Amino acid sequence: MPEALFHHLPVLQVVLTLVAAPLCALAGSRWAWSIATAASIIAFAITVTLFSSVLDGTVISYHIGGWAPPIGIEYRVDILNAFVLLIVSGIAVLTLIYAQKSVTAEIGSEKHGLFYAAFLLCLTGLMGVAITGDAFNVFVFLEISSLSAYALIATGADRDRRALTAAYNYLIMGTIGATFFVIGLGLLYMLTGTLNMADLAQRLFDHGDNRTLRTGFCFVLIGLTLKLAMFPLHLWLPDAYSRAPSAVTAFLSATATKVMVYVLLRFLFAIFSFSFAFEASVLRVLVLPLAMIGIVVASVVAIFQDDLKRMLAYSSIAQIGYMLLGLALVSQTGVMASIIHLFNHAITKAALFMAAGCFVLQAGTTSIRELRGIGRDMPWTMAAFVVGGLSLIGVPLTVGFISKWYLVEAFIAEGWWPVALLIVASSLLSFAYVWRVVEAAYLRDAPEGVVRKEAPLSMLVPMWTLAGMSIYFGVDSSLTSAAASRAANALIGASNLFWQ
Amino acid sequence: MVTMDSVLSLISGHYNYWMGIVLMMLGLYVAISRGNLIKKVVGLNLFQTSVFMLYISMGKVTGGTAPILTGKPDTIYSNPLPHVLILTAIVVGISTTALALALIVRIREAYGTIEEDEIAAIERQFEFPKDRVA
Amino acid sequence: MSHHLVLRVVANLLLPFILVFALYVQWHGDNGPGGGFQAGVVFAAGMILYALVYGVDALKKVIPAKTSIILMSLGVLIYAGTGLSSLFLGHDFLDYSGLAANSTQGQERGILIVELGVGIAVAGAMIAIFTAFAGRTPEIEDKEW
Repeated sequence: MPEALFHHLPVLQVVLTLVAAPLCALAGSRWAWSIATAASIIAFAITVTLFSSVLDGTVISYHIGGWAPPIGIEYRVDILNAFVLLIVSGIAVLTLIYAQKSVTAEIGSEKHGLFYAAFLLCLTGLMGVAITGDAFNVFVFLEISSLSAYALIATGADRDRRALTAAYNYLIMGTIGATFFVIGLGLLYMLTGTLNMADLAQRLFDHGDNRTLRTGFCFVLIGLTLKLAMFPLHLWLPDAYSRAPSAVTAFLSATATKVMVYVLLRFLFAIFSFSFAFEASVLRVLVLPLAMIGIVVASVVAIFQDDLKRMLAYSSIAQIGYMLLGLALVSQTGVMASIIHLFNHAITKAALFMAAGCFVLQAGTTSIRELRGIGRDMPWTMAAFVVGGLSLIGVPLTVGFISKWYLVEAFIAEGWWPVALLIVASSLLSFAYVWRVVEAAYLRDAPEGVVRKEAPLSMLVPMWTLAGMSIYFGVDSSLTSAAASRAANALIGASNLFWQ
Repeated sequence: MVTMDSVLSLISGHYNYWMGIVLMMLGLYVAISRGNLIKKVVGLNLFQTSVFMLYISMGKVTGGTAPILTGKPDTIYSNPLPHVLILTAIVVGISTTALALALIVRIREAYGTIEEDEIAAIERQFEFPKDRVA
Repeated sequence: MSHHLVLRVVANLLLPFILVFALYVQWHGDNGPGGGFQAGVVFAAGMILYALVYGVDALKKVIPAKTSIILMSLGVLIYAGTGLSSLFLGHDFLDYSGLAANSTQGQERGILIVELGVGIAVAGAMIAIFTAFAGRTPEIEDKEW
């Protein structure tokens, strides 16, 4: 690859999808899908190039407008955000391939141009959040992705009018979260006079502990945990995920909350960097218990859902609890478990929601009661669902096992036995809700007079790619665990600088 | 020791923060407590605006003028960066409001009301048709 | 609306000034207060005033719904295109130094083009938002004023 092109890759990563979005809107329904898919494939190719070049620990820095940081906005690619970019753009490619049939069935054709434009803007925002090295830029990209996500969720109204109220509630909660985040940033800016992340970390450390820093930390933490649906702040998520169009749910569930977890990791470890006891104690006293309660409560609620998508949404809240558990431990293994679970849960949940979308397309319902006997009519779709379900439970040879393994290991290493036990026990709860679906699909007879065909190939292929990945990386986790472990080292290393 | 003077100087010296806090809490309270969807958006706007004012007030430099080049070397300027940041945030706020209002229009078309409790009642009847509560 | 003579006369008087003021704000954004966002909003406000006085249908004749979407997209494309063109001139994204012979002139030219893109996009978006809302509800009849 020519040196000049390679130099510009970080910005092209974000700009190409941004340019493709208005093109989609202009091109109209006929070409929108092709443009969106092509743009996301290029974005994925760029991510792969970036990922392979930062794998050895180098950090790529790109200066927007030629203004050097800390004055200018810097795009900074290191192993951690390259890993997140890989998840986001990879899932986007697979979802778009999957979306063609699914979106045609669920959304009126006159809206397709704007739908794919919004999809690309959402993708742009999420990749921008991941790649930027400027704290305020995070907010801007965050709102680009959130606003387009609200619009995408509202397009579910063609199938179910409740998508409108779901999108509205998400908008209110999401905006409150983003505004809290901005208040926190404002306090940090007031304290330091800078917004560049690296500069911010250094200056916060120089200033030492004070009340403004603590207040800013709390605002940022609450804002981000609202956006990533930590347990008591999760109320927007089940409605939004269960009523959005299937392709949107598959994309958002695998990327939106994951990117927020990344931002939380970045702020906690690279900016606040645990130089002060206050932050660590907030995490251990507040976030850790809430994550544990969230895992149990959300899993129990998931067991009693009849709607398959709603059940998966509650399971997402529980799975976010695992990620928060890992980072709240503030140890290298804990952070690594969080990062690896970020990847593992993204591919697992995307596969599961894609299966749910196939049911919507072919059976017209996601009610578990009405999906009786679906395992015989749609064997491939249901098999992919079972693989995803096993991974949610954490059965060996799936990715879910890998993440739980590291998580349990991290807690045992710190001597926190009860939490480790809770993680293992919570698998039983996941088993309960996955089993309900499996039982209905394979052991019950189909309702009479219902004809259901297997999903089309263009939907099966992306779904099975993800399901296959959740087995492959469960058997051979060397790539993911190496990347996660290096990313965790980089984060913890950055904070260790200031530790004593 | 807490004296009257120290309390007064705490209030008058930081009055921009106090105003920010009051507006912020008003906005947040309205956004959370009201059942009318439009009123929620109004509360949300108030909440966001309070943050804008907090940012703008912290960019003020004592004796500083608006950050437009005057050509004189000894002019003191206010810090323009918070202004620029808030210009971006205002754009985001407008987009959010427009999107929220668009959703409300669609909700009104679908449900015939913009009151949260009435929408919830309609949805309940939709989900449990037998459960006809008067 | 035909008998609201005062409104129509005042609107007719104001409209040209509003639109020219929008252009003034647009082109002075590089060395004074103003810029694309403000100019776009002012321009759209003029159009919205026109719609308020003469009805949304009259506005739709001037700027159909499709046109406002084209304007929005065009604005974003101008913005991103300017940024990308500096890549070909050997500079970083949005570094306009290469757009003219010396870098100061290049910066000035670049920011004008970018602000033009912003202005077009904002004006298009504001008009689209207004017509989307105004076109939804039945027109308020004169006797209900």
